[in-house]
Amino acid sequence: MRPALDPRSYRSLFEPEGVVVAGASTHPGKFGFVSLHNILANGYRGRVYATNRDGATVLGVECLRSLEELPEGAADLLFVCTPKAANEELLRVAASKGIGAAFLTTAGYGESGEQGRLDETALVDLAEDLGILLVGPNGQGVVSTPASLCAQIVAPYPPAGGISVASQSGNFVSSFLNWSCATGVGISRAVSAGNAAATGVPDLLRFYARDPASSVALAYIEGIEDGRAVAEAFGEVASEMPLVVLKGGATPGGARAAASHTGSLASDDRTFDGMCAQTGATRAASVEEAFEAAATFATQPLPTGNRVVVMTTAGGWGVVTADALTRHRDLELVPLPEDLRAGIDELLPPRWSRNNPVDLAGGETRDTIPQVLELIASHPEVDAVIHLGLGIQSNQARMMREGGFFGSEGDDPHGIQRIVAYHERQDERFAAAAAEVSERTGKPVLSATELAVAFPDNAGPAAVRRAGRLCYPSADRAVTALGHLVRRAEHLRRRAG
Amino acid sequence: MSRTLSEAESKKLLESHGVQFLPEELVSGPDEAAAAAQRLGFPVVAKLCGDNIAHKTERGLVRLGLNSAEAVSAATRELLDAAVPGDSALGVLVAPMVDGDRELIAGANRDAQFGPTVLVGVGGVLAEAIEDVAVRLAPITPLDAREMVEQLGAQRLLGEFRGEPPVDVDVLVGILMALSAAVTEPLPDGSLIASVDLNPLIVHRGRPVPVDALVELADPGPGTAAGASGAATSGGGRR
Repeated sequence: MRPALDPRSYRSLFEPEGVVVAGASTHPGKFGFVSLHNILANGYRGRVYATNRDGATVLGVECLRSLEELPEGAADLLFVCTPKAANEELLRVAASKGIGAAFLTTAGYGESGEQGRLDETALVDLAEDLGILLVGPNGQGVVSTPASLCAQIVAPYPPAGGISVASQSGNFVSSFLNWSCATGVGISRAVSAGNAAATGVPDLLRFYARDPASSVALAYIEGIEDGRAVAEAFGEVASEMPLVVLKGGATPGGARAAASHTGSLASDDRTFDGMCAQTGATRAASVEEAFEAAATFATQPLPTGNRVVVMTTAGGWGVVTADALTRHRDLELVPLPEDLRAGIDELLPPRWSRNNPVDLAGGETRDTIPQVLELIASHPEVDAVIHLGLGIQSNQARMMREGGFFGSEGDDPHGIQRIVAYHERQDERFAAAAAEVSERTGKPVLSATELAVAFPDNAGPAAVRRAGRLCYPSADRAVTALGHLVRRAEHLRRRAG
Repeated sequence: MSRTLSEAESKKLLESHGVQFLPEELVSGPDEAAAAAQRLGFPVVAKLCGDNIAHKTERGLVRLGLNSAEAVSAATRELLDAAVPGDSALGVLVAPMVDGDRELIAGANRDAQFGPTVLVGVGGVLAEAIEDVAVRLAPITPLDAREMVEQLGAQRLLGEFRGEPPVDVDVLVGILMALSAAVTEPLPDGSLIASVDLNPLIVHRGRPVPVDALVELADPGPGTAAGASGAATSGGGRR
């Protein structure tokens, strides 16, 4: 029923050497303009063609009057913005030109009643006969950063990275890509499956599981037709790479909304939840939780246990984070090992908390934070670290820069420039140290501060991003993300061997 | 139309898959009931048993804590009198009375999208309000079963409780494995189980003991997995 998973077809979709936009338009509001614009504007390095009945020039591209004019073998991916009536003939010509994949934005198929469903079935059969990988119809597009490809009718184009997205809803692709832009944790592939007529979310996930350019799969799912097939795909994928799933329609209210959105039948949420637990898929409750879980899998090592230590420069945050860790069923706020306490005693005046959370209580000097992080993370009875307090001094530095007393280069009327620079340098160091210690010890070290969203340019969060990591907007969100890592590690450990 | 099995038949079917029930006897009259109670030891419970009796408790068709032959005879007579033709009553089940402060439920279902599933949860009169259950797709592994138990919110209920030892998770895992086998494998005549309810499992000195069972069989649909309407229509995605 589904086309076989031909790696060549997926290569046509994600790594095309040439792309044709069928139905390019001179009107900047039309899909046929926007998609061509987005392909051209984001650095795609392959050949770009477009078709337009009048042979117009769009965005500097001289359009072919018909796909017949395309040189054979010139393009691998057909991006379809033509009306329904044109599409069958278009696919036939595409196949004769050696095109391996077609993404259809065209609406009016399965989502629009009985005739649409019939037409969709005919289109799927035709694509299968022709050996073309059909994605959509009624989808928003495909993004593939390894090919610098942004073939979609919406923004944004994300930074490159390891997360690959498959979604039943196009706007969720955009949501995840927006989060990627905001956090700097990058995307590899992203596809909005539209009506998923021939290629569904499970098919895309299976491709990601074998794709060297993908390290984490992130899916939005709303309707489930064949639960067993989904479970099988989840199991296959989750055994290869982390699979994070956001499911719409988890509650009766959401299920009613899903029924009118995608015509999906409600499924028993407890059953879906159990299926995720069984297959090792990571289920997230919200879009930010889903993205942050995926971003954490993509940028932190998998822990080998659940013992967490909190390091903070401010007591209250430590207390609240201790609550969050204690409430979390999969994480342990580990009592501070005696030798670790003794080690930290050497570095700090006696007013530090002397327990977990490790609250430095203002006793730190220039090099203390990297040293304490190092001691904690390298202790054999610690599996993960949550690092709080990053960026506080740089926030004051920002106020001093902007407060009217800063002066200018070479003119420091109030003597504050040196300390501003010092604070910013220090927060950069701390962020870098957290990433470096994490890499060296192979343990997750998560830095969390709301400055990541309040003042994203703060030297601390900015340095976390430069290190390729996610700066968590709150300790609670860091705890939630870490919990997902620990659960997956435990799932794999229990099923190994 | 699906059909339910009587409690005795339900138990027999589940026993063949490895669910262990207490010894009990199906009797047809008061004297037989009293004799059965003597053999089983007091106190006992007496329940009307038939092909179509789903809500025994609500209809007063379960008599608990019967402590003498006279009490058993009287209860049996009343139960038989209370039967209506629709019950397809087969007789009265006499079983040892199990006591325990904690109740769990276990079950199996055939989900329209996911097929056979197994369930465990907190039981008792508040179970529906609490809704503390874990579900997995059948067949499950013993590890899946163990993780279902771990997933329940009421972990304190599963530990030492009011002077009773912790719930024997191995026994619970065994019951879930048996339910998984029951709901996965077709019956000799080819029919499939639509649902199983073991409600309640009374935790007696730490051991979960199933004291009731209800099996519902699915219609043998024409050529398809009975009961599972695979015709979920999905228009797929939209923007």
